[in-house]
Amino acid sequence: MSQDIIAPMQRTKSRTSLRGLVAWVVFAAVLLLLPVFFQGNSTAFTLLNVIGINIVFALSYNMLLGQGGMLSFGHAVFFGLGSYAAMHAMIAIDEASYAGEGFWAHVPVLGMPLVGMIAGGLVALVLGWPFCRRAGTAFAMITLGLGEMVAAAGQMFPSLFGGEAGIYGNRMVGPQWFGLELAQSSDVYWFIAFWTFAGVFAMWAFTRTPLGRMSNAVRDNPDRLQFIGYPPRNVRFMIFIAAGSFGGLAGGMAAVNYEIITPEALGLIPSGLALLMAAVGGLGVFYGPIVGAVVVTLMNSMLSDYTDASILYVGLVFLAIVMFAPRGLGGGIEQVRVAWRDGDLGRRLPGWLSGAVAVGLIIVGLVVLIELAFQATHGSDEFAHVFGVDFDAAGPWGWLTVVVLLVAGGLIKRATNKLREDQA
Amino acid sequence: MSALSIKGLTKSFGPAEVICGVDLDVADNEVHAVIGPNGAGKSTFFNLLSGAFAPTSGEIYLHGDKINGLSPDKIQQRGLSRSFQVSNVFGNLSVFENLRCACFKQAHAGYVFWRPAARVREANRRAEEVLEMIGLQALRDVPAGALPYASQRALEIGMTIACDAKVVLLDEPTAGMSNTETTQAINLIRQVAEGRTLMIVEHDMGVVFELADRISVLVYGKIIATGTPEEIRNDPRVKEAYLGEEAA
Repeated sequence: MSQDIIAPMQRTKSRTSLRGLVAWVVFAAVLLLLPVFFQGNSTAFTLLNVIGINIVFALSYNMLLGQGGMLSFGHAVFFGLGSYAAMHAMIAIDEASYAGEGFWAHVPVLGMPLVGMIAGGLVALVLGWPFCRRAGTAFAMITLGLGEMVAAAGQMFPSLFGGEAGIYGNRMVGPQWFGLELAQSSDVYWFIAFWTFAGVFAMWAFTRTPLGRMSNAVRDNPDRLQFIGYPPRNVRFMIFIAAGSFGGLAGGMAAVNYEIITPEALGLIPSGLALLMAAVGGLGVFYGPIVGAVVVTLMNSMLSDYTDASILYVGLVFLAIVMFAPRGLGGGIEQVRVAWRDGDLGRRLPGWLSGAVAVGLIIVGLVVLIELAFQATHGSDEFAHVFGVDFDAAGPWGWLTVVVLLVAGGLIKRATNKLREDQA
Repeated sequence: MSALSIKGLTKSFGPAEVICGVDLDVADNEVHAVIGPNGAGKSTFFNLLSGAFAPTSGEIYLHGDKINGLSPDKIQQRGLSRSFQVSNVFGNLSVFENLRCACFKQAHAGYVFWRPAARVREANRRAEEVLEMIGLQALRDVPAGALPYASQRALEIGMTIACDAKVVLLDEPTAGMSNTETTQAINLIRQVAEGRTLMIVEHDMGVVFELADRISVLVYGKIIATGTPEEIRNDPRVKEAYLGEEAA
């Protein structure tokens, strides 16, 4: 793992525990207050629920990549199988409560994420040992193969996986706890909010444990780990199980939220989503994947309302961050936070602001360019709409705007670099 | 019983025999230096002892227990710990965290995920102790990868002794250090040597003659002489093979 991507700004001091507590109070308050803002807006709740699931999914992925230095292309296996397990449990609850007896009749649907977690952990426990001998390319290849294999198996065993159509369940069954009916997406929100908070807290707590620290150690220098008494493979294996468990937790949340799961959820595309969210948010900061999950989920679901090129934009954001800001959005936030704490913000802010202006201009220029190109080749409209302005792909003015924006952005970027050099 | 007993140790990489039959006994609490020209096989020798490589033939006994062929982590658990010639630390972890990780084995805590690392009292206490011993308290929270060279070397030694191993191998602990830094390093090594068996590979003859109880001279994979510093200084074969005109 390259130094640059991970490079954390960790200065763990014991006396920051009070400040750490503040972050959790804020997090809980946000989760409690969000429904107030979106009252009656079921689309917003649907989106919030997806964000919650993705936060847990992205963080569990980062246990592997950011914390443990293991690049996985198969993390959705644990998410998907956790989801399947939870769905089967939900079906069992449905049947048991219909019959009015049996173990499952007493299990609340609210607990399904735990079923997913156990399933994800067990799958990782059974499959993981041979994978964890090496990190790096070998591990990436093997997990890629695992993902494709399990996704293919999903099509082959219809009784378990439901074939291409998947399996579906009903979340309004079994005993009701806390009077939560789980009918509307606004009800499901409380379920999601609770498990998101619990999952995030548990994964954060994990980073503070000896094993959490050892996972950073095996990421930084697996060879040395042997000489302080631990085989890297054992440590990797335990991280793998932990990450699989929390991936399964997210899957269990998804089962209740969507009430349907298909074999597609096991494959490469959702695995790629986890990588995308974690990398966009930043691998080196604990909360990075949270930021990434929020941003990527919002982009995935909302951009398509505004442009036909939404998928292209998500890809470009990913590329731009990997190439130019490898620490991700979270890394950027952390940089500002550290500068603020050290009283360094006043000195560094001008450079950052002018950099932001430059990047903003270049982005707007690129957006106009993409929209113009899109309209010119196969648009149905005569004009490209960008931020409420109409550009005509047939005329020169739109294209000229692109050039002006890009050149202006480039010039400001150069001036910024100079400014930063002078400061340094 | 000797702390470390090596019998007929050889190591070949393909057709190249790098260590060709080494016999050596290192007594308890002895400081034993291994010297020799570049390419003599000193680092390979350490790699064999610490389990980084498996020997081609021969036996290694640590306090009477056979350890050849064991993996590095098993050898470390039996009480042999080593440092590296090129600093080999956990770059993104803080100095303190590096030391604490090195203490987990002794506290049986490395796989613990049900309580915070801060609560593993034994590891924290030992890490603080070593931190003070290597004099890096001021750099406690700095990522190890960002340390100045000499401090990184000190941390390297600190991580090696953190587990309280009875036999410690130091691979060129003072390489690349200034005079002042070397003096500090010698003091540190003296402290480390107390109550332990120490083997060091070192190029700096000043350091070797100052610290070592006995010295072995390794040339082309063979030990050509073992003895006290005085004996080695006066040994004609050593003069010829290694010390050359310098000692003549």
